Amino acid sequence: MTGTLIARGTVLDLCYLFAAITFILALKGLSNPKRARSGNFIAMFGMAVAIGATFFQPNLRNVLPMVIAMIVGAVIGIPTSRFVKMTAMPQLVAIFNGVGGGAAALVSITEYMKIQHEGPPTYVVLEVLLGVLIGTVSFSGSAIAFIKLQELITGRPITYPGQQVINALLGVGAVALIVIILIHPSVALLWILLAVAFIVGMAIVLPIGGADVPVLISLLNSLTGIAVAASGFTLDNNMLIVAGTLVGASGLLLTQMMCKAMGRSLPNILFSAFGSAVSGGAAGTGEDRPVRSQTPEDIGVMLAYANKVAIIPGYGLAVAQAQHIIRELADELEAKGIDVFYAIHPVAGRMPGHMNVLLAEANVPYDKLLEMDEANPMLKDCDVALVVGANDTVNPAAREAGSPISGMPIINADEAGQVVFLKRSMRPGFAGIENELLFNEKTTLVFGDAKETLTKMVGALAAS
Amino acid sequence: MGNTILQYLTVFILTIFVGIEVIAKVPAILHTPLMSGSNAIHGVIIVGSMIVLGSASGGLEIALGTAAVFLATLNVVGGFTVTDRMLGMFKAKPVDKKKTEEVAK
Repeated sequence: MTGTLIARGTVLDLCYLFAAITFILALKGLSNPKRARSGNFIAMFGMAVAIGATFFQPNLRNVLPMVIAMIVGAVIGIPTSRFVKMTAMPQLVAIFNGVGGGAAALVSITEYMKIQHEGPPTYVVLEVLLGVLIGTVSFSGSAIAFIKLQELITGRPITYPGQQVINALLGVGAVALIVIILIHPSVALLWILLAVAFIVGMAIVLPIGGADVPVLISLLNSLTGIAVAASGFTLDNNMLIVAGTLVGASGLLLTQMMCKAMGRSLPNILFSAFGSAVSGGAAGTGEDRPVRSQTPEDIGVMLAYANKVAIIPGYGLAVAQAQHIIRELADELEAKGIDVFYAIHPVAGRMPGHMNVLLAEANVPYDKLLEMDEANPMLKDCDVALVVGANDTVNPAAREAGSPISGMPIINADEAGQVVFLKRSMRPGFAGIENELLFNEKTTLVFGDAKETLTKMVGALAAS
Repeated sequence: MGNTILQYLTVFILTIFVGIEVIAKVPAILHTPLMSGSNAIHGVIIVGSMIVLGSASGGLEIALGTAAVFLATLNVVGGFTVTDRMLGMFKAKPVDKKKTEEVAK
């Protein structure tokens, strides 16, 4: 009897090891667009093996509710993720991330209920505590991020009087609670910690808005990974530790890369309510300064005489659902023998790399999508830089000191021969600051909805 | 017992390095699939949820375990489906376009 049990346990562990390897391979596959999809399939297979193997866990109980919960989850999850629009992808990723964090918190607290009578050592209590705390923060934080991205509430930072004081009190309260739990662990205190963590998650995310949300989602993703790893420690499961840590470490690295792309530190992004406080002073000064604007048809004709065109898309492009028409414009230009490439800023869109996905959906080949560092040296050779729905990411103020976006790397649109902005209005971008480039003598503005404007431009271009 | 925790810590620390090493090579154009893909991977908490529910006794534990399995299932299926959909969109070249000069590489 014992012999078979050990053998079965070994097989289970080997299955888990196999799954852990597939997860690493999947992430590795993502370093190349050609291999990325098969990498994802490999991880899917590994996950299926791990889930299948778990059903053979000795003395598994409650199989019926388990299977029902899985079926209900799949019935809800698969259609949602299959049919949601690509522009809505960030909030979907946020919500799937949040439920993972919630699951990790529940796993940790339920496991503690079982082992509490054995008087577990302090490090086990610490593992449980971290799983509950981080998992719940990720859950409630992701929920608020979802509500913001879905625009159920404003996407801008939400601040209220005494916010800093309340957050400080919450932080101190959470730390005090952690210390008390470590000394006198109990299930009741863990539930209180869960409630506090829920509020902390909301308090962290509410004041973060606008262009900072991509960084936030990346951070929350990382937090869920860490919560899963903590649950893995509690359950003595290496696979959970490996998978959770992989996600946690990679998520933190990605977060750091995003911060660098915005020229700001993580604490600054988390605690400064960027875009709410700074908008007062700088904006509104330039409303009556002269700008040059032209019709879409004029621009279409002008483009026909260019040799090389850089397209610089921002989230405004996606809001206007203009990804497909911009590809048509690029096709038309290429048919005339004009070189076209897309210069993508790392934080364009609502999550890291979002703009690439949106353009890929419109069948733009990925070798036309250049990262900022690749694109910048090429801009001085461009006759026209076509800026569609972007603003802060081409604002030269970032190169000077004293601006809220000082130090943020930008795409050097101003180095091109001519700059064309497609804009809805003169309203500043997320950072709420004036863009000098709009008033530059080589800049032309085209006002209106990006999709309509581009449609007219394609027409004029095709005719000329 | 002290040895076991040390083993898990070893795995934990080494995995941090693996994670950083693997991700450092991911190009910016794949950052969204990367997030969504790693999102799917932390859905492995479904196994943890199954283990907890599988040994649960008493109404509260069963209810919490079932809720965890449900949430984790959403995470797994949603994460993988979204990632696959996104990656399916990345194509090297349009099928019917004449070959133009490559702008890069």
